[in-house]
Amino acid sequence: MAERIRVVKSRDEFEGEIYESLAVVEGTDLPPRPAGEERPEIGKPRARIDGVQRVTGRATYTHDVVLPGMIHAAVLRSPYARARVRAIDASKALAIPGVRDVIHRFNAPKAAFRGEDTIFRDEVRFIGDEVAAVAADTVGAAHAALAAISVDYEILPHVVDLEEAMSEKAPKLEEDGNVIESGALKRGDMRRAFKEAEATVEATYRTSTQLHNSLETHGAVASWDGEVLTVWESTQHVFGVREGLRNALNLPLTKIRVICDYMGGGFGSKGGVGKYTIIAAILSMRTNAPVRCILTRREENLAAGNRSATLQTLKLAGKDGRVTAVEHTSWSNSGQAKWVANPTGPTNTLYDFPNLQTKSYRVVTNAGSLSAFRAPGYVEGTFALESAIDELADAMGVDPLALRRKHAGKESDPRTGKRYTLNRTLDCYTIGAREIGWSRRKIGGMRGSTPHRRRGLGMASQIWGGGGGPPAYATVHFNADGTVVLRAGTQDIGTGTRTVLAQICADELGIELRNVSVRIGDTEGPYGPISAGSLTLASVGPAVRLAAKDARDQFLAAAAGVLEVRKTELRLERGHVVSKGARTPISEITKKLENNTVIGKGSRWPNPDQLSIKTFGAHFAQVEVDVRTGEIFVEKIVAVHDIGRIVNPMTAASQVQGGVIQALGFALSEERIVDRGLGRVMNANLEWYKIPTVRDVPEIVVRFTDRPDRKANNLGSKGLGEPPIIPAAAAVANAVANATGARVRHLPMTRARVLEAIANMEASS
Amino acid sequence: MALPARGPVGADLALSVNGRRVTVHVTPDRSLLDVIREGLGLTGTKRVCNEGDCGACTVLVDGRAVYSCITLAMACEGKSIETIEGISQNGELHPVQQAFIDHDAYQCGFCTPGQVMSLVGLMRRTPSPTEEDVKRAVTGNLCRCGAYPNIIAAGVAAAKKKAK
Repeated sequence: MAERIRVVKSRDEFEGEIYESLAVVEGTDLPPRPAGEERPEIGKPRARIDGVQRVTGRATYTHDVVLPGMIHAAVLRSPYARARVRAIDASKALAIPGVRDVIHRFNAPKAAFRGEDTIFRDEVRFIGDEVAAVAADTVGAAHAALAAISVDYEILPHVVDLEEAMSEKAPKLEEDGNVIESGALKRGDMRRAFKEAEATVEATYRTSTQLHNSLETHGAVASWDGEVLTVWESTQHVFGVREGLRNALNLPLTKIRVICDYMGGGFGSKGGVGKYTIIAAILSMRTNAPVRCILTRREENLAAGNRSATLQTLKLAGKDGRVTAVEHTSWSNSGQAKWVANPTGPTNTLYDFPNLQTKSYRVVTNAGSLSAFRAPGYVEGTFALESAIDELADAMGVDPLALRRKHAGKESDPRTGKRYTLNRTLDCYTIGAREIGWSRRKIGGMRGSTPHRRRGLGMASQIWGGGGGPPAYATVHFNADGTVVLRAGTQDIGTGTRTVLAQICADELGIELRNVSVRIGDTEGPYGPISAGSLTLASVGPAVRLAAKDARDQFLAAAAGVLEVRKTELRLERGHVVSKGARTPISEITKKLENNTVIGKGSRWPNPDQLSIKTFGAHFAQVEVDVRTGEIFVEKIVAVHDIGRIVNPMTAASQVQGGVIQALGFALSEERIVDRGLGRVMNANLEWYKIPTVRDVPEIVVRFTDRPDRKANNLGSKGLGEPPIIPAAAAVANAVANATGARVRHLPMTRARVLEAIANMEASS
Repeated sequence: MALPARGPVGADLALSVNGRRVTVHVTPDRSLLDVIREGLGLTGTKRVCNEGDCGACTVLVDGRAVYSCITLAMACEGKSIETIEGISQNGELHPVQQAFIDHDAYQCGFCTPGQVMSLVGLMRRTPSPTEEDVKRAVTGNLCRCGAYPNIIAAGVAAAKKKAK
């Protein structure tokens, strides 16, 4: 069957960047089904197939893994924002009963990690940076040991604040300085556009550092049995963790297995191997015991990543009711990370601005590093861009939605010139405007429910990738009783991956959903990509469909032999082999075949060449603002998304609600507070760092255009994880400005910032 | 995480857990959560903040929902503890559990045991809970995925079923 194998080139988008890759595919792809075709499973709201596990506490998360003889690791972290580790004395720690081992930079084996050759730096660069790790029989003994390790630090000057790090006076943290250019784009003639403009707007926007706070903290349990290292990890990418461990430990892949059965949230921060994983692995190999290394909530908020704080300046020009030029410059506090999520991404692609200039800078600081956080860069950038568009609309005296309509919903990507597979932004606008009652919107806002409250409407648009791509593979096995097992190397990060993949499998195969069992989250399965970039469904789903089709074809060939009819006369339907009106349950066929195993294989085919696959959407917000206290009451959010065919409307709606709520946290309450003098995070817990509670939830109306994107892949579906977090903060900010006349340019929009904006407006009018 | 034991070395503690009488040896610094997760191996109850901020560790003590991470184990001598593992009966899910499945009231599921226990606690002490009662019951249960609208819907559905 090797002649069926081909290698193809694919161009895929991941979090705003385009990557070219080679993919191995087999056989032929299937065409997507036409719009409106009624299917047994696809498009049906199905309860999660793992629901019972989730509601009974039987779902096993990494935190819950207990192995015979398991011991506990704890990590000593730097109490200084920047310091050199001159010496470490662990003798007192090792003398504590139950302490098995202590590793640090003077005794740990070299381990490659993100461009460095050790996990314990000689110069620690933020409060929370790893200095040493302990393994002990109990958690208590491990923590006692941490307190007994004596470290000689040489304290060095530090800087943690974004704008402070940009100044000349700041300590220089990298050879080329603290400000590093990381992206730029230019088109058209900016100078002319500004010269000929009827109206211009210039404004500075700030967003704060948002902490992921996945409820399950980062962590791993590593078990080295002398032959194979098995690692349970709360991760969005089991294969990425395996690759990271291979690089760190120099083990062949046959000796590393990574498992993630259930995981308690990641939101981008669990994209690969962590230092805690390597610590658990090294300690397991040194002590010959399984080692559990789980971060505490405080560690999670110091060392497990964040959405960068940003400083963004925008300059817009307008003429004849159109935006004629946009200049957008952004600086992101990346901490010690070597990359930056680009806030100018949406400005580059969302609208067809004729003249454009964008620049993005990474700023190095001694604060915890950024890691991807659900639509990294796009959430921050969309807030600034969409606020500025509204400011320009106000300056020109035009309706902000009407202004956007002139620049959105185009046939091709303004950045690359490539045609979109499908772009239904204008439909999103129409649906959203109807649901929120946009025609009620008045310049200067409306009266609120009490004399000191004002009511306003605002909206913002969304663009993101989500087209997915190869490589992704799946297999479908028939059991002897007619049930099937679907295997894919992906993981369910809470989006309902198991359920939608089972639906795709059952739908294509022609069997009942309850007879499909899904095994994912294990590197012993076929390769699957990272669950990030809104790519899981669009990458893995098409491979599952092909695996199911292959299994069906093989099974029907076998069934034809058993029933002594031609294969072409047979089809599979709701768990039965159907032939000229006769219906035979699958199990009767499989019983006769005994333990013959049918194994179907499927691979993800490349994306269409020369086309751009994007997801689109728009959010509309209605708010009330108490102008005496500055409190914002979000009354209603209408979220409309264009993501192709919906596989499961119930889990899709959950995704959108969750994205909106997380965006409201970013917009209204979430902010990491760092003491500049000490470099210390002052709210590294869930009491003072304010994530939304059940009381903070407005009415959320979820709508989809729900038309298959038939050029995207064989399902016609695109991703949905990130789109709903992108435009909500901007929509709320625009509604607040509409309600009060005051523009809050700093997120989160705390009461103090709202009152300040109102005071500034009153002072200038 | 618990600090190493200081003071008295510990004592045997008799509890009823999910209707079963158990005796565990605990030191005075142990929380009820420590006993449930590490002592008894009931890992359905989650440790998220470990300081009473999030509600993921919610269990019932004598029928009342409490944060087990800030409840001292020693204070539970002789009391009846119910965890997420103990509320389905004869293989049948509790109405709150079934409502969570029907309404997709979870995403990653890590807060789910705590949310469910808070609502089971509500159903126990309130004859016919309203939507406001449901919200109040889970106000102290954080969900980072933002499943709140469906959690409310599930709570209201379970309450209606109970009222029938």
